[in-house]
Parts: sequence; structure tokens; C-alpha cells
Amino acid sequence: MAHFDVEKIRADFPMLAALEGGKPLVYLDNAATTHKPWAVIDRIRDFDSKEYATVRRGSYRLGERATDMFEQARKKVQKFINASDHREIIFTSGATQSINLAAYSFGKKFIGAGDEIVVTQMEHHANFVPWQLLCQEKGAVLRVAPITDSGELIIEEFAKLLGPKTKLVAVTMCSNVLGTVNPVKEICKMAHDAGAKVLVDGAQSTPHMAIDVRGIDCDFYAFSGHKMYGPSGTGVLYGKYELLDVLPPYVSGGDMINAVSLEKTTFSKPPGRFEAGTPAISQVIGLGAAVDYLTGIGMDNIAAYEHELLEYGTKILSKVPGLHIIGTAPHKGAILSFTMDAAHPHDIVTIIDQEGVCARGGHHCAQPLMTRYGVPATARASLAFYNTKREIDCLAKALQKVLEVFA
Amino acid sequence: MSYQNELYQQVILDHNKNPRNFREIGETAHSCNGHNPLCGDKINIYLKIAPGDVIEDVSFTGSGCAISKASASLMTTFLKGKTAAEAKLVFDEFHKMVLGDLDPATQEHHLGKLTIFQGVREFSSRIKCASLAWHTLICAIDKTGETTME
Repeated sequence: MAHFDVEKIRADFPMLAALEGGKPLVYLDNAATTHKPWAVIDRIRDFDSKEYATVRRGSYRLGERATDMFEQARKKVQKFINASDHREIIFTSGATQSINLAAYSFGKKFIGAGDEIVVTQMEHHANFVPWQLLCQEKGAVLRVAPITDSGELIIEEFAKLLGPKTKLVAVTMCSNVLGTVNPVKEICKMAHDAGAKVLVDGAQSTPHMAIDVRGIDCDFYAFSGHKMYGPSGTGVLYGKYELLDVLPPYVSGGDMINAVSLEKTTFSKPPGRFEAGTPAISQVIGLGAAVDYLTGIGMDNIAAYEHELLEYGTKILSKVPGLHIIGTAPHKGAILSFTMDAAHPHDIVTIIDQEGVCARGGHHCAQPLMTRYGVPATARASLAFYNTKREIDCLAKALQKVLEVFA
Repeated sequence: MSYQNELYQQVILDHNKNPRNFREIGETAHSCNGHNPLCGDKINIYLKIAPGDVIEDVSFTGSGCAISKASASLMTTFLKGKTAAEAKLVFDEFHKMVLGDLDPATQEHHLGKLTIFQGVREFSSRIKCASLAWHTLICAIDKTGETTME
């Protein structure tokens, strides 16, 4: 791998220079949200101060230019995940809304009583609860594929859940707790052979590895902007065009119609049909800037560097007495969930916070997974390409404090 | 003062390690299961109330962080012999203290050794940890079965 100049990258992120309680900020909660580079901050400020207008409405030039920039962002996202058509990119408020949109519209059209939806034990609530609700509403059945102790999907068990009644498989590409990277391409092939569609939750994969939705062959792919160094309030639902084209709208109102009369409304073609109301204009343009920034660094470079960090972090944390890493799949992203014999996750994060280390303690919106491991919560350090080995050392040092306090 | 002194005081660490009254009470008339969905903490409170509304015995079970466990443990040692009405008054004061609305140093109170939890007010994400046992206690007194911290 070519030299990855992390200090040069850190200089792009103003938040990373912040102090927390007088100590340098060590930000290890990137699976929750990420910081923004100047490229994103500046783009939004420039747009808001020089170029702002509403999109897809005005017949004046300012609005036309804003619309053009907004649609450029869509094309950037399309290219970033290797979709074949920009009309397959729907802007949403985040991965949660993306999945809710898919559950609502796909569910309305294709899910009926007795149909089956398959999820896995490692899903974030955002890719679990919408399907559970849909099944309850339609009288459909939710099937949950189990995982091994190391946190890998048991493919043979997953295969057994697929059948003629399976209409949809919803699976995460990368677990937000375990870090496990699932074989989504293989999963799509298996599901398609059974006649089912697949939604891949890409919230934790899109920021950390090169994504090729055509290669994966998923039918839907959902992710958030704020986890990939872009603005909060942005997200994407990718859907294959021929599928989107037959789905009913999710939210209705302005900007998604073809014609409205007192009797009847006809709807726009995708993606407009699914983008009612004024979108997060500046934020989407900021998301486009985040895509440019990431593309400039190269997703393969990012993945390689983060893997190096993960290996280092795994080695360092394994040396902490009484610490247990949860999620040890061979193929995983840079997420380190753990428990300690000495202290509850909530106490761990409070103590390391006092050392300037931001990590999360809790169930990480994955309660079925916590139940699977028999723990109420874990502490989690989730890494990004702007983190350093030195910061992992800070975490290890802070964990020594935990051991001291709870000696 | 460091967080070790403010939040994780020796008494709290001791009650976390060796919780008092950590048991169920058989044939109890009053119990409640408390739950903090934010962190998964679960505290179950058992109460035996004698005629005259006096708390004859109080105990707890469950799992949680050091703050929620120590708070439950200290609460049980504090409440024995008090009336349910007194317990409700102390809950009110305790709640105000951890929210920073009651300063035990300058204001009148009945909190006794429970003032050890005043450091929690500096850690807003931990206030619910300290008050979970108390919310569950009130629920047990009122016999409502279960309570969730929102």
C-alpha cells in the first residue's frame, strides 16, 4: 500500500483539532456519525452564501443553477456506488428513512399475508423494526437468520429460511456492532434464486469500502450521508430502476406529482416520485462534496488503512486484562465492540470520556444482537481513516484508568 | 475535583461491588421491574410494607452500571424503617439533587448519606442511572408492575 498520510488528512477536519475537557479529542464513535472535512463545510457555506435557491421549480436562472448542482450531486452518488442510472438514486434524510421508504413502498405493492421477510440477528433496529412492523401490518412472517459466536452469518441456516414465500431479504453489509462484513453478493444470488428481492443496509459499509451495487446485484441499497463525512439529514436509497418504477410513493405532497386534479393524482417517475417536498438542498450538495473528497483519497486506500488500524486496535485491546472483544469475524470493518469484567460499558465510556476519548456504550440500536450475546450492552470504538495508532494507544491508556477505578 | 472523586466515590464503588439487599423478597405484596431502554439497565425492587405504611424490608435484583447498582443498594439501606410517604419525599429531593435543582450544601433536605450521588449532576447522561432505582421504588409503592425511563 502506498504511504497513507494520515496527518495530512487530519488537517482537513477542523473538529479533530478540538480539545475535550482540556485534552486532545480522540474521536472513536465514527459508526454513529463522522466529522466533516473543510471541503464539505466550505461547499455548503459557498452554496448557501452565493448560490442558494430552491430546486426543480424555478424558471429563473438562480434556481436552474441550484437544480443543476443538486442533480450533479445525484450523479456523483450514482458513480460512487456504481449504479447504472442517476434516476436510481433517491435522496432521503438518512438510512433510516431510506429503509422505511423501501419497507413502505415495496411492502404496499408486494407483501401480503403469509409472505416472508428474512433479516439477520445482527441488524440495526433501522433494518429490523420497519420489517417487523410491516409483517405485523400485513400478516407476513419475519424470519431471522442466526450468527455464529464470532459474529458471522450462518449461511447454511440463512439458506434454509429462503423459500417460495420469501419476498424480501434485508441484510446489513457491515454490522454496526460486530464489524462483520457480510457476503452480500452471495446473499443476493441465493435470494434471487429463491425469487426474493434484497435490501442491503450500507450505512456502515459505504464510508469504508468501495461499493458496487451492480456487482452486488442488490435491489435496494440504503445509506446515510452523516456517516460518510457529509451533512446530517442526508441519506440515499438506491433501487433498481425497473423496481422503483412500479412502486407507489412513500411520502406525498409537492414535487412528486405528474398531474393533480380534484379526482386523481398521477405521480412522477423515479426518483421524483419518492422525493416529496423541498429536499435538504444545501446538505445534498454537501454530500456531493463528501463523495468528491472520498473519491480523491480513494476508497481502496481508505479500506486498506482502516484495516491496518483494526489489526492494531485488536492487538492492543486484546492485551487489556479482562477485556473481551465481541465480533471476531475474519472479514470485518474497523469496529471494536467489547466488554470488560471490571466495569459496565456505561461506566467504561464515562471514564474514558474524562480522558478525552469519545466512544459509545449501550446496545447500539441492536437489542436482538445483545440478546444473542447475552450482554445488556457493549462499549464500542469505531474507527475512521482519520484516526491514528496513537489514538488507539490513548484508548488503551484510558482503559487502564477504568481498571484503576474499578480495581 | 476529578471525576473519580465526584462520580466514582469509594462508597459507590463499594456498593457496586458488594450490593446490599441484593435478593428477592418472597410473598411480597409490592414489586416493580424498572428498565432504562437507553442503556439496558434493569432494576427490580421488592418491598414489604408493614401496617402504618412502614417499609419493613426492601431489596433489589437486576443488572446495570455501577451508578445504577450502587444507587439501588444505597437506597435499600436508607429506606428500611421509613414510611412510604417519607420515601416519596426523599425521592423528590434525590431527583432534584441529581438534576442540579437542589444543593445539599445550602438547602434543607432529608437525603443523609444519599448526597454522595450529587456528583451525578455533572454527568447528564448518567442521571437516569442514578434515579432508575428510585423511579422503580415509586412504581413498587404504587403497585404498578413495571416502569420505563423515557
